[in-house]
Amino acid sequence: MRYLLKRLGFYLLAAWVAVTLNFFLPRLMPGDPATALFARFRGMLGPEALDALRETFGLTDAPLIVQYFTYLGHVLKGDLGISVAYFPAPVLEVISGGLVWTIFLAGSALIMSFIIGTLLGVAAAWWRFGKVDTFVPPATALIGAFPYFWLAMVALYIFGFKLGWFPLGHAYSDRVTPGFNAAFIGDVFRHAVMPVGTVVIATLGGWLLTMRNTMVSVLGRDYVNLARAKGLSPRKVALRYAARNALLPSVTGFGMALGFVLGGSLLTEIVFSYPGQGYLLVQAVRSQDYPLMQGIFLVITLAVLGANFIVDLVSLWLDPRIRDSVS
Amino acid sequence: MSKAAARGASGLSAWVDAVKHDKRAAFGAGIIVFFVLLAVFGPLFVGDPTELVGIPMQPPSADHWLGTTGQGQDVLAQLVVGTRTSLLIGFSVGLIVVFVGAIIGVTAGYFGGRVDAVLSLLFNVFLVIPGLPLAIVIAAYLPSGPLTLAFVLVIAGWAWNARVLRAQTLAHRNRDFVAAAEVAGESSWRIVTSEILPNMTSLLVSQVIGGTVYAIGAQVGLEFLGLGDVSATTWGTNLYWAQNDSALLTGAWWTFAPTGLAVALVGFGLTMLNSGFDEITNPRLRLERAWRAFLLGRGHEPGRSTPVVRENEKAVGNA
Repeated sequence: MRYLLKRLGFYLLAAWVAVTLNFFLPRLMPGDPATALFARFRGMLGPEALDALRETFGLTDAPLIVQYFTYLGHVLKGDLGISVAYFPAPVLEVISGGLVWTIFLAGSALIMSFIIGTLLGVAAAWWRFGKVDTFVPPATALIGAFPYFWLAMVALYIFGFKLGWFPLGHAYSDRVTPGFNAAFIGDVFRHAVMPVGTVVIATLGGWLLTMRNTMVSVLGRDYVNLARAKGLSPRKVALRYAARNALLPSVTGFGMALGFVLGGSLLTEIVFSYPGQGYLLVQAVRSQDYPLMQGIFLVITLAVLGANFIVDLVSLWLDPRIRDSVS
Repeated sequence: MSKAAARGASGLSAWVDAVKHDKRAAFGAGIIVFFVLLAVFGPLFVGDPTELVGIPMQPPSADHWLGTTGQGQDVLAQLVVGTRTSLLIGFSVGLIVVFVGAIIGVTAGYFGGRVDAVLSLLFNVFLVIPGLPLAIVIAAYLPSGPLTLAFVLVIAGWAWNARVLRAQTLAHRNRDFVAAAEVAGESSWRIVTSEILPNMTSLLVSQVIGGTVYAIGAQVGLEFLGLGDVSATTWGTNLYWAQNDSALLTGAWWTFAPTGLAVALVGFGLTMLNSGFDEITNPRLRLERAWRAFLLGRGHEPGRSTPVVRENEKAVGNA
């Protein structure tokens, strides 16, 4: 329990750092931050509306510390300002529209890549110097060297454009009505194959190597030899004795990989015009929509922090040593 | 002085020697040398990459070996000229992230206590905040260009190195040779720079290589988003324009395929070089390979025994 509270405290601190960074970035810019931030609004808004917007961001003439607390208050209430690109929609509303797709894309890619990569790692370590061990790691290292979004472009070109096996973009087609029906789910699945597939292929290698290396050292332990000597089936020795204990570094790495894979999948979204945060982000960058950009950064950071906390829960469950050391 | 110089030379030649003897490392080194030469001399042989030389979106031909872009520029010229900036940013960021990581990580690990607590908290926070979105938000506020890119890549990338180097410093901190140096009255600065850091050389080298791989990939990603200087010629902006000109939907594969291949080859070459170094600096990995070859040579099935190091560096089993 104390361990979890400590982790929770850490994530709160990280969230605070992200929010504070968000507050200071526009103010660190050369020149008058308010003018620069709202230059894009000129012509769209009257002076009163501009003043109201400044108020929202805390960009007033008040002392910095007052501005800061105004900003914190707004963020806590979920008020992230107004989007420029999607004027006059509030940033939070714009973001929440795409959040589901991003979590779906990055989440399913991460979980699939973790499972497949880890199983391959088990196989590589178990049949060491065998076929899997010899050929798969270099192959995944080569594929992993390509930028995710470039693999996505190639996949889109070959399987979408040339062969026409999969749709060229978006999360679902116009023909189906969103909802819980077979047609829609099937359509979403068909649209997700290429974006998810390319991220999975690109990230497999990391899981494979981590698992393989830990598993190799675990296989040399006495308890594995004992399990073998007892005459347990190889399957049981490999999975229940060795793999289970070798899993821990991979689970710990899961939290670290989250942010990384999310970054990659944001770029993948752009290639497939997938309606998630990445797509919004590029809109924000191109139209210099700073409020939206910062909002996306904040929401993504919070999502990653939350997911990390879940990873902590899992490793607590997996590793009794953490439980014992703190209780 | 001359003694130190001599040791440095033999150290370097030992690395070069080791690369020559490891197939993977030699392969990786070959790729990297090729691209570095391309970056240095290549631009002398191709024309101006921004010049409009032909009809847009022409497939590869004798005139334009890799075809033309959506604007009618030569793809090969863009690729070659782009190599220079992209590699330069990649290698510099790789060096800087390790430098920053070493300062913070080693300080935290060596001094421990409250210093460690504060610094560890700092890099752990930076590790958990997703790097790419952070880099994007910062880059968007700064004037676009190579300096901005390098800056945001360092901000988003140093923490991992700090964490690893802190752990490694902690491992060395309690060794006898550090205790001996302390008893001998050496200053903290000297202990860190001449006792601890030299023992981490292989780790530092592999971190610089890893940092470079990260920097090249992330840089291409940011530029692809349009956060670089889109009028400059780099690998990332090449891909940005390919996407912008709808290269995919017109079937112009030659506008994006070569650049991605170049990025991947450099990344793969660096990774190969790194895994070769692993075996050079970790005698156990090297011996394992030798031990296996030894057993196979005698017609035995290699088991899972660990070879041990003998003074003459021949592999001998622990059986």
